[in-house]
Amino acid sequence: MKKREALWFYIMVSPWIFGFLVFTLGPMVYSAYLSLTEWDLFNAPKFVGLQNYIDLFTKDRIFWKTVGNTFYYGLTSMVLGMICALLIANLLNKPLPGMRVYRTLLYIPATVPVVASSLLFIRLLAPDAGLVNQFLALFGIDGPPWLLSTVWVKPALILMSLWGVGGGVTLLVAGMKGIPMEFYEAAAIDGANSRQQFWYITLPMLSPVIFFNLVMGLIGSLQTFTEVYIVTGGGPNNASKMIVPYLFDNAFRWYKMGYASAIAWVLFFIALIFTTLVFRSSSLWVYYESEVKK
Amino acid sequence: MNLRVPVNPLQRTTSAEIERLRKLTPLGWLTEILKYTVLTLLTVTYILPFFWMVSSALKNDSQVYVVPPIWIPSPAYWENFVNAWASQPFNLYVWNTVWLYAIPATVGIVLSSAIVAYGFSRIKWPGRETLFYLCLATMMVPFQVQMVPLFMIFKQFGWIDSFLPLIVPAFFGSPFYIFMLRQFFMTIPAELSDAARIDGANELDILFRIILPLSRPALTVVALFAFIGAWNDYLGPLIYVHDNSKLVLALGVENMRRAMMFNSTISNAYPYLMAVSTIVVLPILIMFFFGQKTFIEGISMTGIKE
Repeated sequence: MKKREALWFYIMVSPWIFGFLVFTLGPMVYSAYLSLTEWDLFNAPKFVGLQNYIDLFTKDRIFWKTVGNTFYYGLTSMVLGMICALLIANLLNKPLPGMRVYRTLLYIPATVPVVASSLLFIRLLAPDAGLVNQFLALFGIDGPPWLLSTVWVKPALILMSLWGVGGGVTLLVAGMKGIPMEFYEAAAIDGANSRQQFWYITLPMLSPVIFFNLVMGLIGSLQTFTEVYIVTGGGPNNASKMIVPYLFDNAFRWYKMGYASAIAWVLFFIALIFTTLVFRSSSLWVYYESEVKK
Repeated sequence: MNLRVPVNPLQRTTSAEIERLRKLTPLGWLTEILKYTVLTLLTVTYILPFFWMVSSALKNDSQVYVVPPIWIPSPAYWENFVNAWASQPFNLYVWNTVWLYAIPATVGIVLSSAIVAYGFSRIKWPGRETLFYLCLATMMVPFQVQMVPLFMIFKQFGWIDSFLPLIVPAFFGSPFYIFMLRQFFMTIPAELSDAARIDGANELDILFRIILPLSRPALTVVALFAFIGAWNDYLGPLIYVHDNSKLVLALGVENMRRAMMFNSTISNAYPYLMAVSTIVVLPILIMFFFGQKTFIEGISMTGIKE
């Protein structure tokens, strides 16, 4: 019986194991090797030791700028996105007529492909004729030149990312629907108002979903590519250039495959450090019901 | 990483909510109204850019750049949709996106992820948890680490300029979807499979005859996510598929923009771009609107774990 189970287990899991070895682990090992070489795709790779990393850490000013930009953009858009999503989901979580319509309307932006939303935002954020600045002008505010300004280009991209917050909202609403009503009833009997109910019931019960969103959002924002590639091309003056677009340029525009691989590995370690931090901290703020049950 | 959302049969019902509202004090009413107002304002803000996109699609050059902006163009140029669509071989791009990429990739992801998730959730085996965490950990590896070597491997295979580099890996399970389906499968009582095993069914029978039919909402969500992912994918086709006759929609739209950017004599460039963008969004929108119930049900259920 045991043997039979083991056999079936490995049969069922084998597609993933095969995929992991061929499409993940193999390429990772190969890319680790490539990061130690100089290679233009056409001539044989030339082994250069740690030279790529040394260049990356000591000479390449642009790379460090892209790291800074990625952090600025990633962290801000993630935190603001989470707050917005929580706020909206909390307002949406009512069994009243009309919520379905609100939910669909709020989800629409999340369905717009990045290519389309990028084209849209290029116009929305235009310095004079753009909708955003026209709106600000109604209040007598002279809007910034957004995508053309080294200072405002990142907030502009963050604004754009907040537009697509609907996916996170859907996950949170689904999570809120699963919180047992008795909790709220008990809290109401004890005299908790709706704000206290949110802080002491909704938020802790949602923390696994928030945690999941946070990890996914972190990994996703470190890998931001399409928005930057289409909307700004990394400009002006590299103010919006991020790690992955820079990696892409190195690999597929300048054919510096070795150097690009080194960048990818630095990116991997940054991602690793941050996800580890989030995971480590999770025991402090993520609440799992089963922990209490046991 | 345990995403669990306990689903409760005692959902707050509409009548209970109305009952609650009836009992509210005037101040409570004020808060409720305030909440609705905030929600409405937020929704309007969110929908405005989308509305702007559709409205821009109906304008001509003289209406697009007018300040203050025209919200409802008059006359509306509905023919923009037809003309914009005809300006590039978009039918071909849709065909490529759907039949050459999205559908094969979705089938691959759903099938393989379901099989693997079954192994990770319904067969007890000592090494299971370790392997599962390894599977989850691969989600942390940025795709870019594998990007260059994968490109080289697929080049060796002669797969560049075909969709194989995007489809074949889909048949080997995707950690994110494996995770979602595993969470769902774990909620199905073990007695069901045990009974089938006693009747002589093997694991594949159990998966296809018992587990999958019970998992329709979760499978729908995975299929929808996978399809939307492929429909919107930009980086993948950008790297592997360069042949003009095999362009996908996302790249087609971007190419159209580049063509128009470098040739300012083309009239109605912006309305055309917005028209095409609107058409690209439409199928996803329709899918979400009609699938909303299954969608939310599926998402909330993929979180459950006993």
